[in-house]
Amino acid sequence: MRFDSYETGGFYDELFQADGTPRPEFRSLVDRIESLPLGDLLARQQAAERNLMRMGITFNVYGEETGAERIFPFDLVPRLVAADDWDRIERGLQQRIRALNLFCDDLYHDRKIVKDGVVPAEIIESAEGLRRECIGLNPPQGVWCHVTGTDIVRDGDGQVYVLEDNLRVPSGVSYVLQNRAMMKRTFPKVFRGLGVRPVVDYPGRLLAMLEDVAPRSAEGLEVVVLTPGPYNSAYFEHSFLAQQMGVELVEGRDLVVEDDTVFMRTTTGLERVHVIYRRIDDDFLDPEVFRSDSMLGVPGLMRAYRRGRVTLVNAPGTGVADDKVIYAYVPQIVRYYLGEDMIVPNVPTYMCWDDKQRQHVLENIDKLVVKPANESGGYGLLIGPHATEAERDEFRQRIRDDSRNYIAQPTLSLSRVPTLIEDHFEGRHVDLRPFILYGREIYVLPGGLTRVALREGSLVVNSSQGGGSKDTWVLAGPAQAAAMWPDPF
Amino acid sequence: MLSRVADAIYWMCRYVERAENVARFVDVNEHLMLDLPPGLPAQWAPLVKITGDAAEFSARYRDTDQEEVRWFLTFDSENPNSILSSLRAARENARSIREIISSAVWREINELYLYVEHHAARRSSPQHDFLQHVIRASHSIEGANYATLSHGEPWHFGRIGRLLERADKTTRVIDIRYFILLPSANDVGSPAEDLHWTAVLQSVSALEMYRQRHGTVRLDSVAEFLILDPQFPRSVRNCLRRANNSLHSISNTPLGTYGNQAERRLGRLVADLDYTAIGEVLGEGLHEFLDDTQLKLNGVGAALQGTFFSPRQHRQSGAAAVSPNV
Repeated sequence: MRFDSYETGGFYDELFQADGTPRPEFRSLVDRIESLPLGDLLARQQAAERNLMRMGITFNVYGEETGAERIFPFDLVPRLVAADDWDRIERGLQQRIRALNLFCDDLYHDRKIVKDGVVPAEIIESAEGLRRECIGLNPPQGVWCHVTGTDIVRDGDGQVYVLEDNLRVPSGVSYVLQNRAMMKRTFPKVFRGLGVRPVVDYPGRLLAMLEDVAPRSAEGLEVVVLTPGPYNSAYFEHSFLAQQMGVELVEGRDLVVEDDTVFMRTTTGLERVHVIYRRIDDDFLDPEVFRSDSMLGVPGLMRAYRRGRVTLVNAPGTGVADDKVIYAYVPQIVRYYLGEDMIVPNVPTYMCWDDKQRQHVLENIDKLVVKPANESGGYGLLIGPHATEAERDEFRQRIRDDSRNYIAQPTLSLSRVPTLIEDHFEGRHVDLRPFILYGREIYVLPGGLTRVALREGSLVVNSSQGGGSKDTWVLAGPAQAAAMWPDPF
Repeated sequence: MLSRVADAIYWMCRYVERAENVARFVDVNEHLMLDLPPGLPAQWAPLVKITGDAAEFSARYRDTDQEEVRWFLTFDSENPNSILSSLRAARENARSIREIISSAVWREINELYLYVEHHAARRSSPQHDFLQHVIRASHSIEGANYATLSHGEPWHFGRIGRLLERADKTTRVIDIRYFILLPSANDVGSPAEDLHWTAVLQSVSALEMYRQRHGTVRLDSVAEFLILDPQFPRSVRNCLRRANNSLHSISNTPLGTYGNQAERRLGRLVADLDYTAIGEVLGEGLHEFLDDTQLKLNGVGAALQGTFFSPRQHRQSGAAAVSPNV
């Protein structure tokens, strides 16, 4: 199937250069795809989607009737990342997570960063994710942000930016692993020999990290994954990760706290639990401390946590760094703790609480993207250039009423990747969510979830709003290739 | 293992087995009715009686004709024991323990549910091919369970669920004789009687094995085969003996003794069957015997619940798992 009529349309295309020729390092992929007959490609696309349904790799859409199961649409054309590009992204993410972790630790202890005047106290005090219950806590190894899924994007000029930090309970890694498994099954010939770095070891690394951060002197170490249950939209991922790690998947009702120690209810009595990879938000963790109406959590969990008898992953309270106003301070945070400049920069961000910046946002709202500080999933934002005047007015009002909780950024021209639309390729906008593990060291999974906005022209990649996904192929440079596939001679 | 997981795998297997048996009932009745002498009305009401859903049925349906009963038993999502509902429940249980069961088991259950749901959505009437597909898929699920799941605690709980359900359904299919109306009910050995018991054997895939063991179809031999045969895998006794073995594998209590209520009840029931002669059963009344057996099976289910699935739990004294200096 040919790319002859494919247009990059003036956008940065991940696979093609502006003149329409393939980027040299990806040439062989383009050749291989072109050697496949159209019917073959379409049949494989359908087979792949059928397989997802058969395997029940589906998510539930909130607000629709039960039974509204959907597969996360999957596009067969992979998104490639060149070795040197990835090298910078990897170093940038390691730097960012190291700094944000120090920031969390500082926030819940001395707040030196506030005392030194780098981040204003009122911004931290008013951050929605701040958990005063965590003040003074010392999680094992000093790690707060164990699992992160940072969203990164590439702008029209090719520059890569961090768009958003997800330090609470980021999801999507199961799709990375499933997409890869499916691509290898569907396109063995396309895949073979390109030097794509494997992602299959993620569950093993996740388990090793969870064991690394166990409470000291834990014997007969028991790690569990805590899920809100089968009706949660990410349930598939919870069960998949538990299965791949070979650990128990528990719900709140399976756990009980006695003597400030966590146990699970088994057929032979209570059994001690040491590490909980929790996929439940802070608010629902423990009705004794957070929301008292939570049916999902475990009463007493925070008591056990505070006494160091159980490790919670991620630590409660990390959501403070997901606040988009705090995001705007990350360049200063990196410089403060590490004395370094950011390797992968932030998108320039206007903070509406600042009078001067707010004025700029109100005057230029038609060119900006306005975001609430604490929403995720692409909800509640305004894309200025695509909005009506009435919508812009509404947001101007919201910004004036609640300026602390709004930020604005220039509208990025997200890069595109060729995507199979009906019977031909069209460019569609993408972002990328790599996953980072922090235990003894900081590990970045080579790849990540490439989300693609399937609607023509759309910039919103979220699965709840018409997004799909692609496999992400990070190509090995000479160093990684030598480490992974040693020369037999 | 988690109590909730034991509960879920037990019910997952029970519901699959239930769906399989309902498919058998419907399929066999269909064939039996076709062989009735001309002029005799087709009888579908007994099917609703043997599945124990008569009250549920009469609350919502007017007629007991073929279409109505078939719909009720296969696709009616409000009937909790229909094939569709059973498989939905099996799948929901499977989904809640996907990390415990193998991918192969999950895929088989998911595919079967999607297949049945697809037919239900088209409101197609459940034909032979459809019912046979359900039966075959249930065998695939059992096979996948056997061949891809470690034969540890979860597997044993699943096996107990499947075997208790199968024993229960076998008692019910024998009991259909009590409800069904034949032209010459007292004329033992009549063609109609013969047809009836042949159909009963077929409904539990027992005809071939029965022939090898007993030859001609006779009430006492059929009852003996389906209730007491030590080797036939759908006989009540065989099912319960294997369930009992699994129960003892879980607890490590030696056979012939008991360590909890579930073992006591099931062990006593198995011992009863081990030392029962079919003449006794027929002398006291087949229907009464079957009814009593069903009640005892319910008792075993309740004891499993109390012992394993939602026990009142306290930490054992000594609490060896807690190290003091963490």
